Order: sequence, then structure tokens, then C-alpha cells
Amino acid sequence: MELTFRDLMTVLHGMGFGVLFMLAFSGALGVIYATAAGARWPSPSSALGLFRFYLISMAVLAWLTVLSGSYIIYPWYRAAPPAGAKDLSAYPQRLLLSSPLTAGWHELGMEWKEHIAWFTPIAMTMVAYVFIKYGPQLALQRQMRNAVLGFTAAAFLATAVAGVFGAFLNKYAPVRGGAEIVLMRGR
Amino acid sequence: MTAPPPSAPEALPNGPGAAAILAAGVGSLALGACAFAGDASPLVRKGFSLWIPTGPLSGVTLAAIVVWLAVWFWLSRRWARRDVNLMRVNASSFMMLIAGLLLTFPPFMDLLLGK
Repeated sequence: MELTFRDLMTVLHGMGFGVLFMLAFSGALGVIYATAAGARWPSPSSALGLFRFYLISMAVLAWLTVLSGSYIIYPWYRAAPPAGAKDLSAYPQRLLLSSPLTAGWHELGMEWKEHIAWFTPIAMTMVAYVFIKYGPQLALQRQMRNAVLGFTAAAFLATAVAGVFGAFLNKYAPVRGGAEIVLMRGR
Repeated sequence: MTAPPPSAPEALPNGPGAAAILAAGVGSLALGACAFAGDASPLVRKGFSLWIPTGPLSGVTLAAIVVWLAVWFWLSRRWARRDVNLMRVNASSFMMLIAGLLLTFPPFMDLLLGK
């Protein structure tokens, strides 16, 4: 059982950072709504501290996802093959563009994914800041609470688009190569 | 004698929160506008290629982040102790967010460019 270094980084980007971030979304919506609904006053400070840590972690995960995607994985994806290369398996972008049946995965999928993903860290940084600044006072600031929930929903949409296209792109033209890492040897 | 009930702290002005929300909207629009400009003009695309392995995406995202943080810094200083009309801030922010999202959608870009 082996994988390449690029496989490992792609999994870390998509499954490690991206999926963890997606899984945290329902919790974030619950945290913001519960705190902002102001059912109890004052909220226990330990719970508020935990909620702050939760949202900061989400913002950090969002930044790690886009930075690893844009500056580690994407250069491997868009690498140019040498002139006359017949085997394009190490050049995913060119491999997709080489057939009209797969070109759309780059022209729509990657072209949209590479940009839309960047809405998420901007939105989640704002959400974490507003939550830290106002905390339970969001219960008194209905408009601000609506903005925070709206941007959180937009971040979810952006991440979902990027994640779904990322999964399909890696299916049709996986980013592979680099040092081989042997996890287990068969008998 | 019973202790007095805990009182809520003094309400904060909404200015700092509004600054963060509006700046996020401006940053989103900047991201979409830069992505669109890079797609529309080969010259802009070349200018955005700050780091060759990542290509124009490096400049598009860096420009959007610089605009977002600069606007946030400026607004947070102006609105630090003020209450502002959050309904207007929200409406503007969501319009910019939607415009930014549309400007990154390739079929919408192609429609605007007449492709």
C-alpha cells in the first residue's frame, strides 16, 4: 500500500482541511444562533470561550485550505508538459483539456473552484471577529446576526462548490507524483 | 440579603461589526472583479501572475485580500465608536457578495465578455 507525496498533500488539502471545515459548518450555525438567540444571560464564560475557539479554528482551517490548494496543489495541477509529450497523466490540466469530453472539468470546474473557494476565509474571518467582539450581545443586534449567518451560509456554498469540483477533478485527472510513501507491504 | 442579579454589560456600538461586514462585502466584490479582469484582459492576467507556478490566481487573490484588509482597517477606524445603519450596510454587503460570486462563475464571465 503506497501513495505519492502529491497524493498525500491532496488528501491533506481536501480531506484534512476542507472536509473538517465542512463538518464544522452545522456546529458553527448552531453556535452563532444559540448565542445570538440569547436564551440565557449571562452565558457561561467557558462556553463562550469554547465557541470563540471553534470559530477561530474554522477561519484557520479555511485559510489553510485555500493556501494549500492555491500554492501547493494548484502548481502541480497546471504544470506545463515538455513539448511533444504524449503521456499527460502527470499534467492534469493538460490531460483534461486534451479531450472535449473532459475539458469542461477544467473550464468550468477548476476555473470556478480556484476563485470561489477564496470567499470562504474572508467570510469566516469576519464571522469569527464579529462573534469575538460581540458574543452574547449579538442577541441585541438582529441585523448583525443576520449578516453573520448570511455570510456563513455563503461560505458553506462556496466551500461546497469547491469541494465537489475538487473531488471530480481529482477523479478524472488526479494530481500524482513525487516521492513514493510505502504505508504497508503485501505478503 | 440577596446579591443583585448580574447586569448585562453596556451595549457596544455596532460600528466595528458593521466595518467588518461591509469590508467582507467589498473584499468579495474585489475578488470577483479581479478574477473577471484577469479573464477579460491578457495584460491584466499577465500583471496578476505574481508567482509563476500559481499564475494569475496569485495576484487576483492577493489584490482582493489587500483591498479587503485596507477597507476593513479604514472603516474600523472611522466607525470605532459609532452606531451606523446596519440595514444599509447589510444590503450593500450582500449585493457585493452576490456580484462577487457571479463574477467568478465562468458562464457569467463569458456572457459579460460576449464569448
